[in-house]
Amino acid sequence: MTQVIICEDGENMTAMLSGEIDHHWAAILREQIDERVRAASPKTLTLDFSGVTFMDSSGIGLILGRHRLINSLGGIVVVQKAPREIQRMLSLAEIESKE
Amino acid sequence: MKPINTVKFTFPSRSVNEGFARSAVAAFAAQADPTLDQLADIKTAVSEAVTNCIVHAYRDTIGLIAVTVSFYEENELRIIVADKGCGIEDVQQAMQPLFTTGGEERAGLGFAVMESFMDQIKVSSKPGRGTRVTLVKKLGSR
Repeated sequence: MTQVIICEDGENMTAMLSGEIDHHWAAILREQIDERVRAASPKTLTLDFSGVTFMDSSGIGLILGRHRLINSLGGIVVVQKAPREIQRMLSLAEIESKE
Repeated sequence: MKPINTVKFTFPSRSVNEGFARSAVAAFAAQADPTLDQLADIKTAVSEAVTNCIVHAYRDTIGLIAVTVSFYEENELRIIVADKGCGIEDVQQAMQPLFTTGGEERAGLGFAVMESFMDQIKVSSKPGRGTRVTLVKKLGSR
């Protein structure tokens, strides 16, 4: 089951992603994340991929789209804890995942 | 060359079927004793090809997507993802990394991922008639 759990801590927001991220699920995750981002305008949005078991290039679109939204609100996006299988997809898009 | 084993399935271009398509191909590929990395590569490439059909070929409509998976001598897996959608005017341009007509939420990496994760990819398309993507990968390292 693909889902996102979103936590807020002051100006930081963390979206804990889990399950499979494809074009179908990316659209659902995007809506859930953007609703919270628009309400809170966080300084930092951390996308945590530790629970993600599959991701195609739709996941890259999800990251880039959130990057654009958060940038327009004056914040930044951080990608963290991507499992090894997802690292390859991220490196194709030259996106770094921190530990 | 005749395949040792083959399976074909057809489904409507609803995004909820993306997961089914890649899992079905992976289940068929399992008979070739692939590594986990190879299985992940196949699932990713199929997901990209099927997403292209949904997002581009049948952009404003629902049409049928046909997936054929065949297993040949020397552990070669061949996957054909075919649609009867709008087709691609300029295949070379469509295959350029970062090129997309899919809007802001698409990275334009679909074909680049298929090229990178599979051994071979062939795309044939006729505008107004449809597109056929052939993905080839040698499986098993033992």
